[in-house]
Amino acid sequence: MKFVNAAKFATRASATLLAGALLSLSAQAAEITGAGATFPAPIYAKWADAYNKATGNKINYQSIGSGGGIKQITAKTVDFGASDMPLKPEDLEKAGLMQFPAVIGGVVPVINVPGIKPGELHLTGPVLADIFLGKIAKWNDKAIADLNPKLQLPDQAIGVVRRADGSGTSFIFTNYLSKVSEEWKSKVGEGTAVQWPVGLGGKGNEGVAAFVQRLPGALGYVEYAYAKQNKMTHAILKNSAGNFVSPEDTTFKAAAAGAEWSKSAFYQILTDQAGKDSWPITGATFILLQKVQDKPQQGNETLKFFEWSYKNGAKMADELDYVPMPDSVVTLVHAAWGQVKDSAGKPVYSSK
Amino acid sequence: MSQESPSALRHRVGDLVFFNLTRFFAVVTLLLLAGIIVSLIHGALPAIDKFGLSFLWTAEWNPPMDRFGALIPIYGTLATSLVALVIAVPVSFGIALFLTELAPPWLRRPLGIAIELLAGIPSIVYGMWGLLVFAPIFAEYVQPALASTVGKVPLLGALFQGAPMGIGILSAGIILAVMTIPFIASVMRDVFEITPPMLKESAYALGSTTWEVVWNVVLPYTKIGVVGGIMLGLGRALGETMAVTFLIGNMNFFNGISLFLPGNSIASALANEFAEAESEIYTASLIELGLILFVITLIVLTLSKILLNRLSAQEGTSS
Repeated sequence: MKFVNAAKFATRASATLLAGALLSLSAQAAEITGAGATFPAPIYAKWADAYNKATGNKINYQSIGSGGGIKQITAKTVDFGASDMPLKPEDLEKAGLMQFPAVIGGVVPVINVPGIKPGELHLTGPVLADIFLGKIAKWNDKAIADLNPKLQLPDQAIGVVRRADGSGTSFIFTNYLSKVSEEWKSKVGEGTAVQWPVGLGGKGNEGVAAFVQRLPGALGYVEYAYAKQNKMTHAILKNSAGNFVSPEDTTFKAAAAGAEWSKSAFYQILTDQAGKDSWPITGATFILLQKVQDKPQQGNETLKFFEWSYKNGAKMADELDYVPMPDSVVTLVHAAWGQVKDSAGKPVYSSK
Repeated sequence: MSQESPSALRHRVGDLVFFNLTRFFAVVTLLLLAGIIVSLIHGALPAIDKFGLSFLWTAEWNPPMDRFGALIPIYGTLATSLVALVIAVPVSFGIALFLTELAPPWLRRPLGIAIELLAGIPSIVYGMWGLLVFAPIFAEYVQPALASTVGKVPLLGALFQGAPMGIGILSAGIILAVMTIPFIASVMRDVFEITPPMLKESAYALGSTTWEVVWNVVLPYTKIGVVGGIMLGLGRALGETMAVTFLIGNMNFFNGISLFLPGNSIASALANEFAEAESEIYTASLIELGLILFVITLIVLTLSKILLNRLSAQEGTSS
């Protein structure tokens, strides 16, 4: 009798345990997958980690490149895609996607000229374009000397260095050159990879940095965070308002705040923005979502993650030298999330 | 029907299974190869349609305008591999000769292992080392020296002109040579070792020097293996990606034939641009580059086969 009771108890106990396990399964943390751009991958990973600790939900982000991110979200194999270059409104329409900016980054011209310290060299967009076109080949060229009357510029060839791999950094940089130089626009154009008329190609920010730091007389461009962490000698640029500005969070934010986000489905490339403090080579990195969600629950969880990240992630972004979106833009993004609906046409996310 | 003993039957079944198993592996390899070719061609179709054969000799690689041509990567691939072979083959021959004929026995094994270990270093390490250590030294000392000596020779000198940057086709070729030497040298050593001692000793008995023995006895006896080893090295050089990417300069413009100039190779272009290639024609052009590399490798293998056949045909007639 005793034995039977014990057995009964054991069965009941295991049944309870099982039910408990099932329950916890059904309430189990959501798992969201995303894929795309490599430039914001460190901050997404940091947000995902913090978000996981705070809510138990998991975010898997694969940094496979912007091109891959666009392909994967179009094929619906991931919950969100990420791209360093925004899609044009008509392309978004065609693929049934919506986009919103996640963080801001900037591109910084870096130099290696003996005797010139960080922030001393003044450049303008057209001069930068002429250097990358090969038209200005020496450091003591009149165009550069006129901008820098106080500097002792050497009679040395400019060693142009640029990215060899396709990258969002190159896209932002060539987009800027296209905006400030007609000749660049017609001869070279903009893109993640272009046919560079002159210069050496380094692989990744590290490759460009290695070339610039090694070759005396070199001029290259790298991601702001990379330049800052490696204390590279940067140049300062004249923006469209005519002021010379330094690359730092405030000037990036100024460029982002001035953009007219609402008009163009967030299709904004932040280069050459108006505003007296705007850093001219600024760009945002974007998140792509399907407008019609086959799995509304997943869509909802994805948006919750970004809502949380906008709210709590700014400090983490600062730590990694990314620039968080200004509040005015976040408000616009929240409003735009209303476009994301389930198949019945009901928004999957409601902002409180 | 004759009665088979159980053990004979077991052997027969075993043979059959073994035969089919090995045949299966061989066929799978063939199928894989066919699959790769088919998917490469399929992926490259948009580019083949749009550019046709002119893709092969167009020296333009312009993603924003969707105009692509393979001439510069093809040139870079062949030039770096050629530089690598010109350096690696004599050096490997020397290493193999020393190891099999000249080195004292106690040195052979450690030295042989050291050379094989070189083959185990990941190519990214060669790339980083080449970029951070080799290139600066090369630019400061070797390139100026080359330019002021070989650079002055008519015709040949044109290959050694220009600013010493430490980055370019020559640097990439030299790193490739370092990477291919272990392959070529260890194959050469292995085949040199199988030369029957009787042949060598007969030649020594006739008064030959070591050089004469190696050149007239060992090398003719092992030529198939030697050519095979060189082809293995060439195959590695043609397809090498990371080390070349770091050192070749990745320049898609043709500025002259000097080996000091930056260029681009097929494998390097693929590694650099595939992840961010978004337009269909861009991706297709990159895949077509891969197809071309495949074809180049095929041509190289075929040529080496023809060369070997020629050599053995000559042997039949000459003596």
